[in-house]
Amino acid sequence: MEFQGYRRKSGKVGIRNHVLVFPTVVCSAEVARMISEKVPGTVYAIHGGGCGHVGEEKDKVIRTMLGICAHGNVASVLLVANGCEVVQPELLTVELEKMGQPYDVVSVQEDGGTPGCIEKGTKIAAKMVEEAAKIKKESIPLSELILGCECGGSDAFSGLTANPSLGIAADKVIAEGGTAIFSETTEMLGCEHVLARRALNESVAKDIYRIIEAAESRAMTGGVDIRGAQPSPGNIKGGLSSIEEKSLGCIRKGGNTTITQVVSYAEQPVQKGLIIMDATAADVMNDTGLLASGCHVIVFTTGRGTPVGSPIAPIIKVSTNSVLYGKMKPNIDVNAGSIVDGEGTLETVGQEIFEKVVACANGEQSKAEALGHREFDIHFDMLV
Amino acid sequence: MKPKAILIDTKDNVATAFQDLAKGDSVTVSLEGREATTTLAQDIPFGHKFALSPIGLHQPVIKYGEAIGLATDSIGAGQHVHVHNMESQKGRGDK
Repeated sequence: MEFQGYRRKSGKVGIRNHVLVFPTVVCSAEVARMISEKVPGTVYAIHGGGCGHVGEEKDKVIRTMLGICAHGNVASVLLVANGCEVVQPELLTVELEKMGQPYDVVSVQEDGGTPGCIEKGTKIAAKMVEEAAKIKKESIPLSELILGCECGGSDAFSGLTANPSLGIAADKVIAEGGTAIFSETTEMLGCEHVLARRALNESVAKDIYRIIEAAESRAMTGGVDIRGAQPSPGNIKGGLSSIEEKSLGCIRKGGNTTITQVVSYAEQPVQKGLIIMDATAADVMNDTGLLASGCHVIVFTTGRGTPVGSPIAPIIKVSTNSVLYGKMKPNIDVNAGSIVDGEGTLETVGQEIFEKVVACANGEQSKAEALGHREFDIHFDMLV
Repeated sequence: MKPKAILIDTKDNVATAFQDLAKGDSVTVSLEGREATTTLAQDIPFGHKFALSPIGLHQPVIKYGEAIGLATDSIGAGQHVHVHNMESQKGRGDK
């Protein structure tokens, strides 16, 4: 199976052709927004990072920014610097240059403050939009597509309807030779032995144990016992009998195939197939990590409802129940509540999600995209 | 017609109730060509599980195609499967 997408000089493929206006630091975020709003055809991504980072956290922030700025869905990027931030634009441009990703830089401190920077940035961005419009779509095999699998605002139906349906869609992408990434490490707690058994080899199995133990000990350091009372009394009342059952309801969103690699937040996998990304369960930070890891599109299951989208990619919403679908229809792309209503099955909804992923890969807008949702946030710990 | 329960993986030996079900109800679940009909031996609340076939003592309770714990009693088809007759292999924090 193929889709009509974009092939980049970097070797990546894309399903969107965005010109991204990207602040290298929170201090120039508003200037980036003002530039983007003056130039139709551009998108911007506001975030709170770029300064005060040290050590591994600095590396992680830079890796995330590079993953977004050189994403396959991004035709070119205008970096908007303040000037004195930790993430100096050169840290990004040296890598963008190597990858062949078109870029330019403006600086608030060097280009005449806010008005001067906007004036210069606006001209550059307008030129970038002209250039991007010349790029033609071509046929790309689905084996080059990377799907992100996420759940947020879960309810009692999440593990019964939407997550298993999404898992079926992920299995279908992988059957085409493609890749799916799921994460939210704390939700894997208690089924590490199950995941390890599905690992490609001993080294992947060890990585699975390592990230889950680390997530648990981080929580312990914060004085929180996240394994202790699992499942919680409320979970037990709701019918969950073990931590394995609770976690399996979350991880089933990644489907049932062999786990080929474990990557860090915003790290790009070298393997195809099913990938685990070690990352926070906080929705928007998770989305950003998945996208920086190379996901072209994210399917997001929700029981309580969430509007979030992304500046650079379609996010497809799947409701777990029809009450939510009724309340938030403008935000929901696929209703897995149809399974409870007897109008669908795991297989039919799984197929529907898969078809929606392929349609979005071919350019169809997801509801979040069409509504203008552009949420974005980088995950990092401030050490200084 | 609204299904009474759901089978999530063809390897599972339990199904999960989509609504409050009563003892004596006949419940049919199906997935990928596998169909199972069970007469409930007990009331099963929404979100709770019942056995599709007998599960022997210390045998795995399978949902999502994986063991979610081991039976701590022999469980008959149609019986409620929960913390009173199954136990996590990872231990439980509340006891």
